Amino acid sequence: MSADASLGVHSRQHEWLPILELAVQEVFEIMLGGRLAVATQSEPPPVGELTAIVGLAGSLRGIVTFRCGSLSASQIAARMLGPEIAHAEGQVWDAIGEICNMIAGNFKNKLTGLDGPCLLSVPAVVTGRGYRYHSMAGGDSLEIALLFESAPLVIRLDLHA
Amino acid sequence: MSKIRALIVDDSSVMRKIVERSLRQAGIELEEVFEASNGAEALGTLRNHSVDLVLCDINMPVMDGLEFVRQVATIEIAKGVPIIMITTEGSESHVVQALSAGARGYIRKPFTPDQVKEQVLPVLEKKP
Repeated sequence: MSADASLGVHSRQHEWLPILELAVQEVFEIMLGGRLAVATQSEPPPVGELTAIVGLAGSLRGIVTFRCGSLSASQIAARMLGPEIAHAEGQVWDAIGEICNMIAGNFKNKLTGLDGPCLLSVPAVVTGRGYRYHSMAGGDSLEIALLFESAPLVIRLDLHA
Repeated sequence: MSKIRALIVDDSSVMRKIVERSLRQAGIELEEVFEASNGAEALGTLRNHSVDLVLCDINMPVMDGLEFVRQVATIEIAKGVPIIMITTEGSESHVVQALSAGARGYIRKPFTPDQVKEQVLPVLEKKP
C-alpha cells in the first residue's frame, strides 16, 4: 500500500491515515510478533506516559510521536529484547525510540510522489505525566489510537504547513 | 560455514541486540560480536580488530553510516569486509548512495531474521 504525497490536506487526512496505521501494524507484527487492536473512543488515554519523538525533514517536514503508558513501554521492550534483558529504564526508552523511528521510516517509505529525500532525526523520548504537547508544525495532523495488550498507544503525525 | 566475527553499528543498543539475535536465528555462528554506537566508533573498532561482516545503521549521531562506509576504504585491514546497511532510511536515493559508497546489501527496518539471512549469507559465501 502506498499513497501519493502530493495530495491536498483533506485528501491527505483521508489517504494517509490508513498508511500510518499500516506502518504501525507492520512494525509491531515484524518486530514484536503481534497485531494491534483498534482502540474505541471510550479507551482512556495512556497514563504514566512515555512519548517518543522523531523529526522529519526534507520533502516531508514534521514530527511523528508515539505515546504509551510505562507498563506498555516495558512490555514492548520485553517483547523486543526478551524479559531478562529489558529491565533497565534506558533499554525501555531506547526500545520506544526505535519503535517510533521504525514507524516514521516505514510510513515515509510507503509514500510516493515526495519531491526529494526525506530524512529522519535520531529519536528522543520524553518521560513523565506532567507535560503538555504543543506542536509548532502548524500543518495538518493525523492521529491513531491502537491497543497493545489491551492498553492504548497513540501515534501522531504533525506536518509542517 | 565457519564462525564469523561481526561488527554491529547502531546508536540504539536495543537494535544492536536485535540484529545480533537475528544473525543467530539466521543460523550464522558468531565467534565474536563487536558493537559500536556510531560510525566513528566503528572505524576505531575496525582499526584494531579483524571482522568478517559489518551491519550498519545509517542515521546515527557523530558519524552516519554512509560516511562510515566511505571511510572504511581508507583502513587497510578493513578493505573488502562486506558491509550491509540496516536502516529505516529506505528511500531509493539512500539505497543508491549506500551501494555506491561500497555497501554490499541493504535491509530496511522493520526486518525479519529471514531478510537478514537473505542479505548476509550470499556475501559471506563469496568470502575468499
